[in-house]
Amino acid sequence: MSKDIIQVENLVKKFGALAAVDDISFTIAPGEIFGFLGPNGAGKTTTINILCTLARPTSGKATVNGFDVVHQQGMVRQSIGLVFQDPSLDERLSGLQNLRFHALVYNIPRSVREKRIEEMLQMVELWDKRHNEVRTYSGGMKRRLELARGLLHSPKVLFLDEPTLGLDPQTRQRIWEYILDLRQRKGTTVFLTTHYMDEAEKADRIAIIDHGKLVAIDTPAGLKRLVGKDIVSLKTDDNVRAGEELKGRYQIESRRDGDGLVFEVASGEEFLPIFIKEFGTRILSVNLRRPSLDTVFLKLTGRDIREEEVTDVLKAMVRQHGRRTRR
Amino acid sequence: MKNLLGIYTIWYRDLLRFWHDKMRMVSSVVFPLLFLFVFGSGLSARMGLLGPGINFSQFMFPGIIGMTVLMSSFASGVSIVWDREFGFLKEVLVAPVSRATVATGKAFGGATVALIQGTLTLAFSPLIGVSLTPLKILQLLPLMLLLATAMASMGILLATRIRSMEAFQAVMQMLMFPMTFLSGVFFPLQGLPAWMDFLTKINPATYGIAPIREVMLGTLPGSPFAVTLFGHVMTLWENIGVMAGFGAIMLVLAMWSFSHQE
Ligand SMILES: Nc1ncnc2c1ncn2[C@@H]1O[C@H](COP(=O)(O)OP(=O)(O)OP(=O)(O)O)[C@@H](O)[C@H]1O
Ligand SMILES: [Mg+2]
Repeated sequence: MSKDIIQVENLVKKFGALAAVDDISFTIAPGEIFGFLGPNGAGKTTTINILCTLARPTSGKATVNGFDVVHQQGMVRQSIGLVFQDPSLDERLSGLQNLRFHALVYNIPRSVREKRIEEMLQMVELWDKRHNEVRTYSGGMKRRLELARGLLHSPKVLFLDEPTLGLDPQTRQRIWEYILDLRQRKGTTVFLTTHYMDEAEKADRIAIIDHGKLVAIDTPAGLKRLVGKDIVSLKTDDNVRAGEELKGRYQIESRRDGDGLVFEVASGEEFLPIFIKEFGTRILSVNLRRPSLDTVFLKLTGRDIREEEVTDVLKAMVRQHGRRTRR
Repeated sequence: MKNLLGIYTIWYRDLLRFWHDKMRMVSSVVFPLLFLFVFGSGLSARMGLLGPGINFSQFMFPGIIGMTVLMSSFASGVSIVWDREFGFLKEVLVAPVSRATVATGKAFGGATVALIQGTLTLAFSPLIGVSLTPLKILQLLPLMLLLATAMASMGILLATRIRSMEAFQAVMQMLMFPMTFLSGVFFPLQGLPAWMDFLTKINPATYGIAPIREVMLGTLPGSPFAVTLFGHVMTLWENIGVMAGFGAIMLVLAMWSFSHQE
């Protein structure tokens, strides 16, 4: 018995000949925010479906909160909350009725039920619209309602499949504050897929999946170290002497860049404080640039993380343009 | 206790949706009335009396009530296909209530809606000349509920196996119309050709319609409307027994099938 809250061992899910999830293994610790990244069709949603008991694995084993996802489905379901990638609301009911339904099937005690529902609806700013039928909500409002619903019963493990797609920055910000606070207060574990890099950065660890296979799993910083070192831009009052000192003291090669120097170090965060204290040449300015998760993603999957969406936008523009010129 | 709450919640949602949908409420009553008045007034005079003091409209009325209940409850399975299409089924399937609970809640939800529709249709009895006492209504309610629960379970069984809306509707109609026409809704089940007689006897709906008619028209034993099986005239309770047996099998199959879908 291990204390990992999610354990995945050699998990495989096949659709006919296609291995949507192809022999992946990983573990997640309690309270961890785990980012699951990958291009479209990589197998992220399929993995979540298996972990939340909606789909059966072809082979392999997975446990959530210590319960087997095939043989102890009831216990697994009791432990989790979900925000699905695709819509999952009852559009004919009101927002309030959707949440009440959820509260009842998740057996939230009557004493706190209405208070929790109001709190969540206030958080996503839908309290004023609570009596309206969901089909009259805008796309972003529906998404917010789904988030409110997923968080309503304070699950031990929260699966968020692209939770904030299409939401405005303020809403995303507020929802993230809530999730981080929830983790702080209750030790909630968060399993997240996203195409937003700033969200992925919030993860404690990130797994990158491509064509059903895990290609990397590490902390965001660790992943960035994979692709390259941190870049430091330095301006001093004597660049020549600074270059020599860098070479002599730290065995670092630097090159001239405009009126300053540029060099690479493995871990700029740790290097810079010491460097600034002990460096002999007078420093005018120093700037640290770190490789981004975008570059990591690009290098590991050969695709830009936003590429799909960008091409979709382009396609849409071409289509519109075509329509207009044809007329 | 948790399961009861689950059943209640699923059931309650179906009723809420029905309540929101006033059109469905109106149309569910209009359709059977159409049958009753078009067929009834067209044929009543010509057919004369079918039993002691019972004309064709009066004979048909309990059948129409049964048909309303049967069609509405069977069709309620469509809500599962619908929920799958619109994604809400996922919310239900990952909830910590057992699948058997969900199927049961669905069956009772569909059955209750059908019961309401059947009861609303009862209000037209004075127009047909069928007198209903409060006692009769009290006896009719459980009979309608039994038929409705059995048929709703059958609808759910179907919906767990058929993914597309179009296919569900096609298969449903393929089953529903023969079941309705061969159950004694529109004609007494006596003096039929052998093949038709056979079909009416194996049709479970027959045993749901017969008790409703018996209670409503107060038929005596040996009446021309009773179901005769192997030369034996089925009593009220025997009919109820067959219907309950069929309903129980359907409900268990629906629960099983709902639990074993992906
Ligand atoms: N029910 C299914 N039947 C057949 N193939 C499926 C099914 N569900 C998913 N797939 C296939 O499995 C692969 C993985 O799909 P999945 O939805 O897990 O991708 P994803 O990583 O979530 O992608 P996205 O970023 O677009 O959401 C895809 O090739 C998809 O076509
Ligand atoms: Mg997905």
